[in-house]
Amino acid sequence: MTSNSSLEIKGLAYAYPDGNQALFGVNLNIKRGERVALLGPNGAGKTTLVMHLNGILKAGLGSVAVGGLEVDTDSKETLQEIRQRVGIVFQDPDDQLFMPTVREDVAFGPINMGITGSDLEDRVMEALVLVGMTDYADRPPHHLSFGQRRRVAVATVLAMKPEILVLDEPSSNLDPASRRELADILRSLDVTLLMVTHDLPYALELCQRSVILSQGTIVADGNTFDILCNAALMAENRLELPVGFEPRK
Amino acid sequence: MIIDSQRITLDTKSEHVHGHGVGDHLYVHKHSIVHDLPAQVKVVAAIGFIFIVVLTPVHAVWAFALYLTMMFIVVGLAKLHFPLVLRRMLIEIPFVIFAVLMPFFGSAPRIEVLGISLSEAGLWAAFGILAKGTIGVITSVTLAATTRARDLLQGLEAIRVPAVLIQIATFMLRYSAVVTNDLARMKVARESRGFSATGIKHWKVLAHSAGALFIRSYERGERVHLAMLARGYNGTIIDLYKPIVVRRDWLIALVLPVLAIAIMMIAWVTL
Repeated sequence: MTSNSSLEIKGLAYAYPDGNQALFGVNLNIKRGERVALLGPNGAGKTTLVMHLNGILKAGLGSVAVGGLEVDTDSKETLQEIRQRVGIVFQDPDDQLFMPTVREDVAFGPINMGITGSDLEDRVMEALVLVGMTDYADRPPHHLSFGQRRRVAVATVLAMKPEILVLDEPSSNLDPASRRELADILRSLDVTLLMVTHDLPYALELCQRSVILSQGTIVADGNTFDILCNAALMAENRLELPVGFEPRK
Repeated sequence: MIIDSQRITLDTKSEHVHGHGVGDHLYVHKHSIVHDLPAQVKVVAAIGFIFIVVLTPVHAVWAFALYLTMMFIVVGLAKLHFPLVLRRMLIEIPFVIFAVLMPFFGSAPRIEVLGISLSEAGLWAAFGILAKGTIGVITSVTLAATTRARDLLQGLEAIRVPAVLIQIATFMLRYSAVVTNDLARMKVARESRGFSATGIKHWKVLAHSAGALFIRSYERGERVHLAMLARGYNGTIIDLYKPIVVRRDWLIALVLPVLAIAIMMIAWVTL
C-alpha cells in the first residue's frame, strides 16, 4: 500500500526509564515532498521525538509510520526498512563520521542495506555530488572543516535514498557562507524534509510549514511566516527572532 | 494554527535518587554509620585491614573465618544487600581459577583427594589466595558501595597520594560520562544507518568507531588543557572543600584494623 504521507505520528507518548516523561501525545502528519521545521525551546522533547522516527526509542503509547510502514521496534526486518526510509543527520557530525575516509563513511549506510559493487560506487558518488563534496572522497573526515563535515554527514544519509530526511540543528556552528551553501543543497534535494532548529530565519527560508513542540506536545502547526509573526504564540513557547530580523514572505 | 492537543500522561515509577554524581554507579545510596564516615578514614581502615589479612599465616584458618565475619558485620552495618555484594564479588573469578589450578602443579609432598594426586603446598597456597583475595574484594566492594567516587579521591588526597595521580583520576571521573555520551551518540548514529553489531564481521566497524572516539577524546583533552591554562592553571588544583574529620571517626573506623591486628598476632603466636 502506498501512502501520500511520508510521516504519520499518532498520539505518541514516551517516558524515559528514570520516569521522566518527555512526550505527551504528539500528532503530526507530513506529506511527501513537504519541508517542515520543528521548532521549540530546549527541553521540549524535539530530540526524543526524532529518536522515535527510526525506532531508536520505543514508543510508550501511540504510533509512528513512515511512508505507510509502521515503526515496530520488535521486528528486525521492519526496523532495517525504517532506518533506510528515515535518514537522520545528527547535530554533531563527529558522532556520525567515523570511517577512515569520506568515501567509506558515505558507503557505510548502503552497505548495511546490502548494496555492493558498482551500485554502491554509484550511490556514494551520487550523494557526494548532491552535497558538492566529490573532491574530498578520499580524505579522512576529521581533516575537513566543520561545514564540510556537516555536508558529508548529509551525504552519508542521502546515500541511503531516504523517504524523509531529518536534520537536527542543521545550521548550528556554521559560518554564514556554509549556512547558505547548506540551504542551497537542502533546497535542491527532492526529498521530504523535517528540520529541527532554533534558527528561525533558516526555518523561514527553507520550510513553508512549521510546527511548535512544547512540553511534549505539538502546540502550533501552520505557515512558518504566520507562526513567526504571532508574537504571543512565540513568547509563550520561548521562541525569539534574532534582533533586527523582520520576517518577510 | 494553534493546536490544543490532549495530554497523555504515562504511568511511571520514580526512584529514590538524590545526590548521585558522575561515575557513581558503584555507590549505593543509604544512610548508615559506614556511609557517614569521612573517605580518608575509610580508605586507611580498608587498606590497613587488607594488609593485615595478607600478613596473616595461611594455616590459621580460624583467623580468616573471623576476618570474613568482621566484614559481614561491616556490610550489615552499611545496610548493603548481600546479593548485591556477592554479585559484585564475581570480579574475583579469574583469581579463583588461578587458585584452583595451583594444587595440580605445586611441589611435593602430594596427597590423594578423591583419587587425584594434589600438592599439599599447592592446596595451602590456593586456600591463601582464595581467603585473602575474597576478604580483600569484599572490603573493596564495601568501600566503593559506601563512598562517593569524588569523596574517595578527596580521601586519597588527604592521605597524601601524589597530586598527579589524583588529578588523572579526577579527570577520568569527570570525563568518563562525556566520553560515554559520545560513544552512545555514535552508536545511535550507526544504528540509524542500519547497522547492528552481531558478530566478528562487524569488528572492523567497531574498531573504526573506537579509533574515532580516541581522536575525539584526545582532542577534547587538549582543548580542556588549553582552557585550564587560560584560567591560570599551573599544575596544582586546590580543593575548596576539605572534609572535616573528628577523632570519633578515626576511633570507629580503626576498630576494624585494630581487631585484625590482634587476630593476626594471636595467629602468629599460636602457630
